[in-house]
Amino acid sequence: MSSPIIIDIENITKDYVMGEEIVHALRGVSLEIRSNEYLAIMGPSGSGKSTLMNMLGCLDTPSSGRYEFNGRDVSAMSDDELAAIRNREIGFVFQTFNLLPRADSLRNVELPLVYAGIDPETRRERSASVLREVGLGDRLHHKPNELSGGQRQRVAIARALVNDPSIILADEPTGNLDSKTGEEIMGLFEDLYRRGHTIILVTHEADIACHARRTVRLRDGLIESDDGDLGGVGIVPIEGPLEADATAYR
Amino acid sequence: MKRFAYELNESWKIGVAQMRSNKTRSILTALGVIIGIVAVTLMGTAIAGIQVGFDKSMAIFGDDVLYVSQWPWKPVDDWWNFRDRKKIKTEYAEPINRIIAATPNSNLVIAVPTSSLLRSVKYGQSEVSNVLIRGTVSDYLITSTFEFKEGRFFNDVESRGGANVCVIGYDVADALFPSESPIEKSVLINGQPFRVVGVISRQGTFLGLFSLDSIVVMPLPAFQKYFSAKSDSDILVKVKDKNRVAEARDELTGVMRRVRGLPPEKKDDFSINEQQALKSTLDPIKNSIAIAGLFVTGLSLFVGAIGIMNITFVSVKERTREIGTRKALGARRRTILLQFLIESTSLCLVGGLIGLGIAYVMCTGIGKAFPSFPIRFSLGLVLVSMAVSILTGLFSGFAPAWSASRLDPVAALRYE
Repeated sequence: MSSPIIIDIENITKDYVMGEEIVHALRGVSLEIRSNEYLAIMGPSGSGKSTLMNMLGCLDTPSSGRYEFNGRDVSAMSDDELAAIRNREIGFVFQTFNLLPRADSLRNVELPLVYAGIDPETRRERSASVLREVGLGDRLHHKPNELSGGQRQRVAIARALVNDPSIILADEPTGNLDSKTGEEIMGLFEDLYRRGHTIILVTHEADIACHARRTVRLRDGLIESDDGDLGGVGIVPIEGPLEADATAYR
Repeated sequence: MKRFAYELNESWKIGVAQMRSNKTRSILTALGVIIGIVAVTLMGTAIAGIQVGFDKSMAIFGDDVLYVSQWPWKPVDDWWNFRDRKKIKTEYAEPINRIIAATPNSNLVIAVPTSSLLRSVKYGQSEVSNVLIRGTVSDYLITSTFEFKEGRFFNDVESRGGANVCVIGYDVADALFPSESPIEKSVLINGQPFRVVGVISRQGTFLGLFSLDSIVVMPLPAFQKYFSAKSDSDILVKVKDKNRVAEARDELTGVMRRVRGLPPEKKDDFSINEQQALKSTLDPIKNSIAIAGLFVTGLSLFVGAIGIMNITFVSVKERTREIGTRKALGARRRTILLQFLIESTSLCLVGGLIGLGIAYVMCTGIGKAFPSFPIRFSLGLVLVSMAVSILTGLFSGFAPAWSASRLDPVAALRYE
């Protein structure tokens, strides 16, 4: 019953040169993430969790080690090949939303489809339908500064979903939101997870991480703990409070 | 290919949005390009105008007329060798014509003597100074290109008899007879009265340097009677076929040597000039003026381009996080490069269009205010200006766009 492996990392390291000294951000991390997992990566600042997130998101390549994404070796890819992987396989959700300020919701969500070479009509249709899915059907032509923080993050989530990626990579998605709105956004993730999406949360907040079904803790560039079963997590039983969260945002 | 078109369209939209949201900045930056394009375009029109004027001036000489003169129509280093040459005499025309008539299949048609100097011309209280007074024969019409506004040229009888008649140029007629017809009036030259029989229509200026309409033409015998001293004489020789000017020239050289009685070992002691030779002497001068002019005005455009480059660098810096986001969403290097190139190019293109509009208005204004000023506005010029604007945009946008496309997405996303 184990679902297919999407991310397979083996013993990766990442070193940075900072001024005179070399920083070992990752010292040998191995991780397997399967389809339809809901995983949180936790750790204090300096633990290497941002670096690991950049690796997982194909924004950066490891200094050593092996990284396979859907069976393809990512560690040796060129910039443009990585861009193609990010475009098709990964949906990013950022702490600061990172929407284009002068574009309306629809154009923001359309952006990954533009880079994928989808024709304008299909782009429009798909973007509008994803925006409706995240509850913003009536905000298609609002610009980011006309939206609340929670609505902005929903536009960003719609943008992450629009290309139907293999994973959604969310970096402190509630970091810039008040706790109530944050819970709403977490409810949205819960809903996405239930619909079969694979979600990776990067956070330092335990009460955010607890929404995930599996938690990986990093410390000093190494995995300190991983409560998931590497043999295949699959769908874990749904717990009570999450059910409520999942519907709370509607 | 399709994806490229979408990216292009997307980049264009971003460029326009960017310009709109930074109106003041865009206008100020585009101002450099506007001024540059205005300068280059005006210089282009002036050069085109000079070219047209040049061709027009050259046409005055006729492309089928040879000029036998003491001096060649080109700068010479050994001027002393030419100074001591025997003067060309008007009397040569007669033996030249005799030889032409006796030569079967001659390339030459007819030789016409002319003699000229500068004098003032008076009528009543009015006076025009520095008028070219030219004595010639009635056959002069064959070698010239002008037409008559009024009246006629002097006829054969007047020509041979040396009657005190004359034909006056447009400027002379305009200055002396502002409100009446000059025909049958008498003008005074050197105190001698000459009856006006014709007015030559407007010829314009020679390279804008001097007017070709400040002229009085009279029969040669009359000219010689009153002005023989210090006049310069040339013989104009009409060529039968303008495609065989070189052969005609050789023939005329032989004829002139016979007339002058030069032994074979002696060099020519006269010059045979033609329009083409004058053109090839003046062309480099005209071209260097054009190049210098375009270079100087090009500098102003270059300054404008640096302004665009600077603002594009600022734009890249300001939008580093946006670039990071776009890269995270799958924008490739090419996409980012294209985006900023199009931004700088559209800025330049808008500046170029505005500049072109201003240049057009200025050109029309100048054309209205000074009808004689040689200025030409053409479709070709518009296309060239547009092309220059686009190239300026690509040139100035390339360095910043390249640096943007090379940004590391991780660093760009983290940029504050």
